[in-house]
Amino acid sequence: MTDIQYLAPHTLDEAVGAFAAAAGTARILAGGTDLLVQMRAGMVRPGLIVDIKKIAEMTSIEETADGGFVVGAAVSGAVLAEHPRFGKVWPGVLESINLIGSTQVQGRASAGGNLCNGSPAGDSVPAMMAADAIVTVQGPNGRRQMPVEAVPAGPGRINLAPAEILVSFTLPPRPPGSSDAYLRMIPRTEMDIAVVGCGVSLTLTNGVCTAARVGLGAVAPTVLLVEAAAKALIGSKLDTAAVDAAAAACSAACRPIDDKRGTIVYRTKVAGVLLKRTVGIAADRAGRA
Amino acid sequence: MAKLHVSTTINGEPTEFLCEANDSMLDVLRGPLGLTGSKEGCGSGDCGACSIMLDDRLVCSCLMLAAEAEDSDITTIEGMAVGEKLHPLQQKFLELAALQCGICTPGVLVASKALLERNLNPTETEVRYWLAGNLCRCTGYDKIVRAVLDTAAEMREAAQ
Ligand SMILES: Cc1cc2nc3c(=O)[nH]c(=O)nc-3n(C[C@H](O)[C@H](O)[C@H](O)COP(=O)(O)OP(=O)(O)OC[C@H]3O[C@@H](n4cnc5c(N)ncnc54)[C@H](O)[C@@H]3O)c2cc1C
Ligand code: FES
Ligand code: FES
Repeated sequence: MTDIQYLAPHTLDEAVGAFAAAAGTARILAGGTDLLVQMRAGMVRPGLIVDIKKIAEMTSIEETADGGFVVGAAVSGAVLAEHPRFGKVWPGVLESINLIGSTQVQGRASAGGNLCNGSPAGDSVPAMMAADAIVTVQGPNGRRQMPVEAVPAGPGRINLAPAEILVSFTLPPRPPGSSDAYLRMIPRTEMDIAVVGCGVSLTLTNGVCTAARVGLGAVAPTVLLVEAAAKALIGSKLDTAAVDAAAAACSAACRPIDDKRGTIVYRTKVAGVLLKRTVGIAADRAGRA
Repeated sequence: MAKLHVSTTINGEPTEFLCEANDSMLDVLRGPLGLTGSKEGCGSGDCGACSIMLDDRLVCSCLMLAAEAEDSDITTIEGMAVGEKLHPLQQKFLELAALQCGICTPGVLVASKALLERNLNPTETEVRYWLAGNLCRCTGYDKIVRAVLDTAAEMREAAQ
């Protein structure tokens, strides 16, 4: 017999209340594709599991009047892929989420879980950072918002206060000539963890890059927003010199680990290569002539 | 702690069971419910041998809590044949010997059926990506992929 409890509240207030009352022993359950693996491995032993999938706001996708999107933290990759508009406006964010695991994993895995799991290699996180997504969190003291890049704190750690729940991602409206892309380097084509992941979002106006953001995964203790790379792209026509400078900025930002998937030298080099390829895809999608 | 009481629908039958909060759906299917067609290859979402349909979504039952089944609609491999009549995929897997030890087969069949329900004309690449989360140690995959493509072709013809 175990003394573990399971709750599936229908409102956020109930979920936050239960989460707070459990004082640190509770875990949020979204798709469970990280949590159940960790529970089974004995890495986490929650006293209370709070399933958030019965809360409407956590599982809905809303296109706002201004053309932005609000994506519930527990929306699965499969559900997001079926949205008629989301993937057209944010193809890079969608492909980053759809790269997570297998068809089976896609049926459950969420962007909220990917971010809250705190892995430096979480695939959707660089793309969400590049997209300038804002997260809404709710806790015992009410709601607050912060940029995605403020959430990761270190491997397996995030900057949410006790009993705070990630509610949704808000993606801004897109000016004409905007698009995004995400690429990851893995040794096989499916079912592996990124050696490097790169998300780029940009806007082109008459062939000139007027806005850009770059997110880089699996090369440091947290996913990084690489502002120096974005700066190198903005104001350019994405010519070789500008893209090379952005690639160099990505390599310079790397503080990777050496492991069986990739050495420090390899990851650092691949970060620059991936940046160039990702910029190319995003620019083509944005309608580069 | 009292056990949780869960009411759900499995293979079209209203079903009730008791479980612990941390039991997986796979634990309950294979244990108290006696539906041992779903297999446990890894318990960590990697092999797909435990694949089931949850409200028309393909999922790994090892990565789902049994408690989450409340008010849901689940289909397992046991719900695939209609009485003695095999599903065309099951028939084709036998004809083409798309299995050897058979451990992966229930999961492969459930996943393949989910694919054909969405897309009755998949390319070989689409089949391979769709089944990337179903590991098979025996067949080398080729016979599985052929069987799925052949079944799709026959089902398309039959539908005409
Ligand atoms: C076979 C397999 C392959 C995988 N492949 C990949 C891959 O290619 N790329 C990749 O990035 N990941 C991969 N993963 C890891 C995992 O699928 C992803 O991280 C996924 O996005 C997690 O989402 P989830 O909804 O399942 O999270 P859960 O497991 O439900 O939650 C993850 C963590 O976040 C917390 N949490 C979840 N939602 C919230 C919330 N709203 N507020 C506060 N805390 C929350 C949970 O308590 C838990 O600690 C894989 C996993 C498996 C099993
Ligand atoms: S047992 Fe569930 S994926 Fe292997
Ligand atoms: S037939 Fe043996 S694992 Fe697939």
